[in-house]
Amino acid sequence: MSRVLVPCHVKGSVALQVGDVRTSQGRPGVLVIDVTFPSVAPFELQEITFKNYYTAFLSIRVRQYTSAHTPAKWVTCLRDYCLMPDPHSEEGAQEYVSLFKHQMLCDMARISELRLILRQPSPLWLSFTVEELQIYQQGPKSPSVTFPKWLSHPVPCEQPALLREQGLPDPSRVSSEVQQMWALTEMIRASHTSARIGRFDVDGCYDLNLLSYT
Amino acid sequence: MLQEESDLSLIIAQIVQKLKGSNLYSQLERQAWASLQRPEIKLESLKEDIKEFFKISGWEKKLQNAVYSELSVFPLPSHPAAPPEHLKEPLVYMRKAQGSWEKRILKSLNSMCTELSIPLARKRPVGEQKELLNKWNEMGTDEPDLSLFRPVYAPKDFLEVLINLRNPNYENGDSLSFRTHLGLIQVPLKVKDIPELKECFVELGLNIGQLGIDDSTQVPPELFENEHVRIGQKEQDSAAAQQYIRQGSPTALRAELWALILNISSQPEDVLYYEQLKTNVIQHDLLVDSLIYKDVKLTASNDDYYFVFEDYLYQVLLCFSRDTSVLSHFAFNSASPPKSYIRGKLGLEEYAVFYPPNGVIPFHGFSMYVAPLCFLYHEPSKLYQIFREMYVRFFFRLHSISSHPSGIVSLCLLFETLLQTYLPQLFYHLREIGAQPLRISFKWMVRAFSGYLATDQLLLLWDRILGYNSLEILAVLAAAVFAFRAVNLMEVTSLAAAEAVLADLSTLKVMPLLQIFLFATVT
Repeated sequence: MSRVLVPCHVKGSVALQVGDVRTSQGRPGVLVIDVTFPSVAPFELQEITFKNYYTAFLSIRVRQYTSAHTPAKWVTCLRDYCLMPDPHSEEGAQEYVSLFKHQMLCDMARISELRLILRQPSPLWLSFTVEELQIYQQGPKSPSVTFPKWLSHPVPCEQPALLREQGLPDPSRVSSEVQQMWALTEMIRASHTSARIGRFDVDGCYDLNLLSYT
Repeated sequence: MLQEESDLSLIIAQIVQKLKGSNLYSQLERQAWASLQRPEIKLESLKEDIKEFFKISGWEKKLQNAVYSELSVFPLPSHPAAPPEHLKEPLVYMRKAQGSWEKRILKSLNSMCTELSIPLARKRPVGEQKELLNKWNEMGTDEPDLSLFRPVYAPKDFLEVLINLRNPNYENGDSLSFRTHLGLIQVPLKVKDIPELKECFVELGLNIGQLGIDDSTQVPPELFENEHVRIGQKEQDSAAAQQYIRQGSPTALRAELWALILNISSQPEDVLYYEQLKTNVIQHDLLVDSLIYKDVKLTASNDDYYFVFEDYLYQVLLCFSRDTSVLSHFAFNSASPPKSYIRGKLGLEEYAVFYPPNGVIPFHGFSMYVAPLCFLYHEPSKLYQIFREMYVRFFFRLHSISSHPSGIVSLCLLFETLLQTYLPQLFYHLREIGAQPLRISFKWMVRAFSGYLATDQLLLLWDRILGYNSLEILAVLAAAVFAFRAVNLMEVTSLAAAEAVLADLSTLKVMPLLQIFLFATVT
């Protein structure tokens, strides 16, 4: 499941507040961040990644082309996604979050613009935002690892239809899961096991300067 | 659904990689090869037969215990974009606070080093090595001059750092408002309240048998104790033992149960590893050793229960500071090991080393983490392994700044919140007379009550720490102690008088206090 980073331009956040921003006492509880893709044609969004900074709830709206001739429309694809279970406490406040297309309310094809609506109802925090925002689209489909032939092409004498009648899981799904597991174990086998050497000195010498502060 | 599957594959891959480097892996391989000679293993169904053999011979159970142990210790894999510091501690301001605290400790150690003109580490001459080897089992008898050494820090210094901990993004106004914390801790971490604690500690409830309550002389043993002991004797599974020990462990079974839960089995390789550490102690003399000596002399040697174990404490703690395998726990500890360079090679990375080799600088009272374990284990290498595992699972959280629910900051906040919510009159009174409750209970929690409770009560408390895999029970007990002595505390008029009321906890019975506070207090 490879993905490709889409270069985007994140505009500064705009606070939504009733009344004059300068004179009123309270802090805004809603921020809007617009994200545009100036050099990219409308694409299918795969994943959004960001680092939270004290935002409690997130809604996302996208501008989507439904068909070739109608103008683009704004659609809500995520509503009040909870990032902080308790907005008054630190839980989830600085976590890294990924949102995938299967979590969205609509399909994410042909996106041209993104709007993030951040909400933080608690008055305890001085500011809130999301950082390190990254948008990904679907990458090329072919995997780079080659599997042995017997794994991807089952022996012709097998009868998948018979298995299905017996109520067993779909063989193509099982084989794709097994392929994934196999790739992971190959990766692990290739990397060296972290053997514990146990020596704390350098060539028998442990004559030290003072402790360093960096 | 896709996300959970890939998370699961990642966790499995990580555990497989960790276990591949362990003794268990090579033992399983050897067993599998040896089993080929058995008649019931047939070539056509080789894999199934070997799996069946492992199940019958108990090797599968050992593997299950090892996997469970890995799951308990290592945190779940974090987001791929998260840097390694995020796994140590997700909140940036806490990382910074821990970093400046560590710098203070290093400065203090460096200045001690230059003032006393003693090197951080020195290779012992051969004569001295022989001498130390001869008196290895009675290191307590010699009385080196330690008057110039002072502990690097004491729990009260650490408390001052925690009191000054502030989130820069938090409304820390000077005027009192609904957002000010009335206790000493001013950071808004999420802590449980009593309904959530009741759910979490459900096995401590009033209608469930407990060792520590239902094994007292007035209660006939047929009601609970006999059956409980019988179940405990048959236990072989780590996860089941952990569930069992929530109701307490019979004294006779405690040593084996703790070893089972921590997945410690004394193999010849482990004894060899301990002997290697002992050799390292004999070859090199560290400044940290003097700090350990001083700490043992000041704390454990003066304690009525623990002074007999003085020699064991040296044998464990000196080896502990040479153990580089402890360095791996810094991946999920907000602290970092101090670094230094070989003399003359400042700045060259190939000559960079950690000091002390295990990265842990002991503070005043550190030896009290080991002392209670001496009642359970008498063989030095097993005692050592148990202590090391307890340290990298629990004790490190008691002296580093982090937002973890079992970290000392959360425990302090939990204690203060419980006291404020359920004993508001007492809390207000103590605050008014200048005796903030945390100033008294902090030292209890930092030492996990070691040295303050009677040993049998302490071991019952540590049973529950292992059973629930969390240190939150320390904060609940601290609040329960205050609730128990509330009547006396309401009459005091100064911090010193409050300290005097709470000076002696050695007569307290831990389990009734916890049960009453959680399940029988009218709120």
